[in-house]
Amino acid sequence: MREEIRQQVRYQIVFLLLLSLVVVALILNINTGSISISPLRIFRIVFLSAESGSTESNIIWKIRLPRLLAAAVLGGGLSVSGFLLQTFFRNPIAGPFVLGISSGAKMFVGFVMVILLNYVPQIPVAVVVLASFVGSLLSMGIVLLFSRKVRSMSMLLVIGIMIGYICSAVTDFMITFARESDIANLTHWSMGSFSGMNWTNLRIATILILIAVGITFFISKPLGAYQLGEGYAQSMGINIKWFRILIITLSSLLSACVTAFAGPISFVGIAVPHITKLMVKTAKPMIVIPATFLCGAVFCMFCDLIARTAFSPIELSIGTVTAAFGAPVVIWLMAKRQSK
Amino acid sequence: MKENYFFQTEGLSVGYHNKVLIRDISFGIKKGEILTLIGPNGSGKSTILKSITKQLSAIKGVVYLDKKNLYQLSSRETAKKLSVVLTERIKPEMMTCEEVVSSGRYPYTNQFGTLTKRDHKVVMEALEKVHAIELKDKEFTDISDGQRQRILLARAIAQEPEVIVLDEPTSFLDIKHKIELLSILSEMAKEKQITVIMSLHEIDLAPKISDRIMCVNGEVIERFGTPEEIFTEKIIRELYSMQEGSYNMLFGSVELKKPSGSPSVFVIAGGGYGIPIYRKLQKQGISFYTGILHDNDIDYQVASSLASEVFVEKAFMPIREELIKKGQIAIKNCEFVYEAGTPIGDFNRANLELLTYAKALGKIRNEKDALKVQRSKNN
Repeated sequence: MREEIRQQVRYQIVFLLLLSLVVVALILNINTGSISISPLRIFRIVFLSAESGSTESNIIWKIRLPRLLAAAVLGGGLSVSGFLLQTFFRNPIAGPFVLGISSGAKMFVGFVMVILLNYVPQIPVAVVVLASFVGSLLSMGIVLLFSRKVRSMSMLLVIGIMIGYICSAVTDFMITFARESDIANLTHWSMGSFSGMNWTNLRIATILILIAVGITFFISKPLGAYQLGEGYAQSMGINIKWFRILIITLSSLLSACVTAFAGPISFVGIAVPHITKLMVKTAKPMIVIPATFLCGAVFCMFCDLIARTAFSPIELSIGTVTAAFGAPVVIWLMAKRQSK
Repeated sequence: MKENYFFQTEGLSVGYHNKVLIRDISFGIKKGEILTLIGPNGSGKSTILKSITKQLSAIKGVVYLDKKNLYQLSSRETAKKLSVVLTERIKPEMMTCEEVVSSGRYPYTNQFGTLTKRDHKVVMEALEKVHAIELKDKEFTDISDGQRQRILLARAIAQEPEVIVLDEPTSFLDIKHKIELLSILSEMAKEKQITVIMSLHEIDLAPKISDRIMCVNGEVIERFGTPEEIFTEKIIRELYSMQEGSYNMLFGSVELKKPSGSPSVFVIAGGGYGIPIYRKLQKQGISFYTGILHDNDIDYQVASSLASEVFVEKAFMPIREELIKKGQIAIKNCEFVYEAGTPIGDFNRANLELLTYAKALGKIRNEKDALKVQRSKNN
């Protein structure tokens, strides 16, 4: 019992810590940039709608706030997607990027863009999201097909990485033959960035991601049983076939959403769930899912901050920063597994 | 369905991808009985177990649990009646043993899996049942195979089932843990009237714990019955298609292949003194005669499996003169005679005659020399 109380206290501390980090990240992100704005003014502009029409107000409302919230929501969604994939494949190193799912989405979106831009000047967001979702499911399908053939976890990752390369190659191919005017757009997007987010897109992304994360949270109980393996999960009364489809759909939807709006972002999906689990010292989905979402939001907001400001005015792609922090976590995980 | 069976199958055909592996399986067991499936690797024991636990859908036929068609029960209802211990080796990260056992409460808890006081109590009782209270806060991936198997059994118990199905629960365990696990099962079956269905590889342990045995080999189940009916040398030899070696029903043990060739050694034995020498000779591939034994002698059980020829007399009868003669002829043809060290009394006095005969020929080696045979042979 004493152990249980200690765990409860730990959960509370971790959640408090993450929430305060969210606040810090919010303030820092709004505050920092080519023009820095003091926290007090931020408060007045954001909450009291003061100074409307001023440069600062415009910067905050039109540029920094949507970008920042996008980083938070998409980062959280991406991390939960990673957690779902790790649970599904029972593989701590699984994630939407290494399994080639993000790249599949990227390829499909690129494909749709190149074709449609010949006919329409602007592609509706819904179409981009849908293309991204279809691409995600497609790559996921291929990975699943191979996962039946290969038993070893590392082989599955190698296959995922190869699928990623193939998709990237196809995307590059399309970019090479795309019209001049599309290229800038496509290249920028395919590198991954939270910039250029507007409120309409943010609203769509938020709704989709909150629904998917909400459902994920509501299936915490079966997810917990699923961690014991499919055999045991079924013996406890879970319909495995449907549950598999549900996990795949949710994780694909989450990572598709992120890819559609921000391009492929590497390593967040692997690294964040692990950092989270290390903090809460449990793998209970009920705790890990909300904590992972918060942690992913914090992680991406800070990474975006670095991407924006480290070499300002030159902006890094978000993937560059997330890889710099995420990849070491993956190396450490693999080393830890080997030594066990 | 006429008889009062608690768990029963009727015309069950099992297999993968609609390909029948074993057909027409019909059996029934009563509440609180232990049924063990034995048979060679790949014979389909797991397939049967998976089909009666709905992990695999049956191709044909019905499974009844307490008179209800198992395939028509909802998965939650099934989970409350039937729990499993699988061969699938699981590695749940960051889960304590208590959490693993608690997962057994799954079918009883609410949408969020909140454990009530009663749930906690059941979990603790299950841990106690398998003597694993002290493991509760340890991480599941950090404990030994034997401990893991006990925790998984506790998980199955915490599900409060009426039937527990175990697929080779003893496979990775050492002998101490095997016995421990089987004792817990046996206790549970008796005290809580939980019906146990499992597969075992240990044909020495199977008859000791089971009420019913099913032999799984081939397209149909040829044998289903009590351990006494099933565990005979012939059935076991056929079941595992043993061309070499043999199974001893009384000991429940297995002897390796009999040495071939014409015997060059005679072992004068009896009362268990001969067994270590027989086994030693078998290991070196030296074929041998032994005698003179009564057929109720403990040595006879092993001798009949390993010796080229046993000179044997009926139990409690004086040894016939002609048998002694035969023994002497055998000794004459042998290189050596080993004296196992069996005491001589009224009933086996004939062996004294053989000893004297061998001594006269200068062929006697004692038991210690016998065990050194290998070295001298190699030199």
